[in-house]
Amino acid sequence: MSDFPDVRLHVVTGKGGTGKTTVAASLALALAAGGKRVLLAEVEGRQGIAQLFDCPPLPYEERKVAVARGGGDVYALAIDPEDALLDYLHMFYKLSRTGVAARTLRRMGAIDFATTVAPGLRDVLLTGKVKEAAVRRDKSGRHAYDAVVLDAPPTGRIARFLNISHEVGGLAKVGPLKTQSDGVMAVLRSPATAVHLVTLLEEMPVQETIDGVAELQSVGLPVGGVVVNSVRVPLLHPADLLAAEQGSLDREALRAGLEKAGLDAPDHLVQALAAEATDHATRVALEERGRDALAGLDRPSYELPLLPDSVDLAGLYELAEMLKAQGLA
Amino acid sequence: MSTLDIDTTLDTARILVCTGSGGVGKTTTAASLALRAAERGRRTVVLTIDPARRLAQSMGLSALDNTPRRVEGIDGSKGGSLDAMMLDMKRTFDDIVLAHAEPDKAQSILENPFYQALSSSFAGTQEYMAMEKLGQLKATGGYDLIVVDTPPTRSALDFLDAPERMTTFLDGRMIKILMAPAKAGGKAYLKVVSTGFNVFTSVISKIIGAQVLQDVSQFVAALETMFGGFRERAQATYDLLKAPGTAFVVVAAPERDALREAAYFVERLAEERMPLAGLVVNRVHRSGSAVLTVERSLAAAQALDESGGHEMPAAVLRLHAERMALAARERRLQERFTGAHPGVPVVEVAALPGDVHDLDGLRAVGADMAGGQAAAVPA
Repeated sequence: MSDFPDVRLHVVTGKGGTGKTTVAASLALALAAGGKRVLLAEVEGRQGIAQLFDCPPLPYEERKVAVARGGGDVYALAIDPEDALLDYLHMFYKLSRTGVAARTLRRMGAIDFATTVAPGLRDVLLTGKVKEAAVRRDKSGRHAYDAVVLDAPPTGRIARFLNISHEVGGLAKVGPLKTQSDGVMAVLRSPATAVHLVTLLEEMPVQETIDGVAELQSVGLPVGGVVVNSVRVPLLHPADLLAAEQGSLDREALRAGLEKAGLDAPDHLVQALAAEATDHATRVALEERGRDALAGLDRPSYELPLLPDSVDLAGLYELAEMLKAQGLA
Repeated sequence: MSTLDIDTTLDTARILVCTGSGGVGKTTTAASLALRAAERGRRTVVLTIDPARRLAQSMGLSALDNTPRRVEGIDGSKGGSLDAMMLDMKRTFDDIVLAHAEPDKAQSILENPFYQALSSSFAGTQEYMAMEKLGQLKATGGYDLIVVDTPPTRSALDFLDAPERMTTFLDGRMIKILMAPAKAGGKAYLKVVSTGFNVFTSVISKIIGAQVLQDVSQFVAALETMFGGFRERAQATYDLLKAPGTAFVVVAAPERDALREAAYFVERLAEERMPLAGLVVNRVHRSGSAVLTVERSLAAAQALDESGGHEMPAAVLRLHAERMALAARERRLQERFTGAHPGVPVVEVAALPGDVHDLDGLRAVGADMAGGQAAAVPA
């Protein structure tokens, strides 16, 4: 049973290096499981989705990249601001995407200009496309996608990226840009949207997550869950962990164990192994503190394990099952 | 693989630029290098971009005030000192405008909503302003060594491309077209513009509204007076990066993406003929008991499980196996880099269980980079 049954737009953010793209892709697979249609979108020109799903770079076109367990399709789209602008002009002004006007705009660098001089405009175009996909309906009136997952910019920039009406407000008080941004904002602030934050149990990502949640809440954007990625299972018993953290792990018991297993156990080996246990225990203690700090956020949290090798397609399915079992999807 | 001699670099360089992709510990590396240089006797300043709060506090940087501040608590017995500052990109940009535009124009630029958007969030403004600040610090002549941390971008290359992008943008065709009405004035201008321009203005008006277009037009007209200044400064700072005494330190973590970015950057520096000091690989896992292989540890843990008892030693053996496997993976990734770039000196920094947020921590990282030596210059 999903914790977010009414959410159609899942925005996934996270500090660089926390595995935000991996989590977004797994979430898309989890949401698609059992015969649903899900769109996974990226906006930073990184082609991270194509790398994960091991397919050629994505064009500005919704393309099927994976089939979920038990049927269900994941489509992917790399949203490019230039194409999004032409798309927008086509949709609202019937301007042909390949006609003379569009060609002129491209040739003159107008599109580059418009999207770089006003960063707010760029974000409106990107989020506008995501919103359009989330609310799009087919001829029979059904939603084109059951859910849309956005692999969004990192935590440090997410509130600004989504809070487009503020960015645009400074530039355009009235006019079509304002109307468009208001429409996008209404969807982003609605219960149909949730912003999930991906973190590791390390000091800086945890702090950024806490700051990010506060920032999102202060601008009225709906915070979803916190996904803790790359969680390691502590191998030592709590009592041994405590001893290791204090550097007082029983060296003689360790030596006896090594010898029992038929290993040579000279002093330096025993010391080196005990030092590794201390490192591990220190890290576990820090992770515990991170977990406590995150618990203070009072948001549902989900944990994904550290996969032994870099994530491949099989790993994505594994993570998707875990997200589903824990209720994010 | 050759080893990066950090101390020689710290003793001889005049500018050290730390680059690398986001999340690899670049800021910590920059701060550690600067502290070590200062304690080896150089008057040093470190320009940080976006330090973690506690690291900033440890250096006494509680405010983002765009001015170097003395860091207390360093060992100055060799005659060195350490200043630190955080970049305020908007303020740096404002200062350029004030310095280069005529006074009445300067005010109208600063108040223009487009300038405000550009100076606070244009992709590349941060990089460009970091370079600008570097030029300013260099010009004071008060430092033996300037250590620069670069902005947290996905790609380290952005730092080199930003000034170019900025000047191209400010110098570009669109700006010229937008300035045409202001220059020609009134009806005359209608005659000189092409149909392309009509399409352009009508479309742009549709998208962003006529008022916005007018703001842009006023903004670029006001900016025109300082284009020359922009170009010259960008060029001067870019040249500084190629000057003798400048060295780049590329920072990475032993991960696929970070090392790939590092490789791109190393190649780009070679193309630009910019001097590379070497690669710092942060967060490397090592083991003091490498004689015990993954396979032997796991087999021993298994044997203990079967015989019963000895749970703690079995768990420690499994921990060790995990660590050895991780170390092996990191080594493979690094070998891929050194295989492709055999001439690049490398130094590793051991993974620490927690983050660094005090001077002692920075000192320890510095010592690790220098092969375990304390900062003192050997007699």
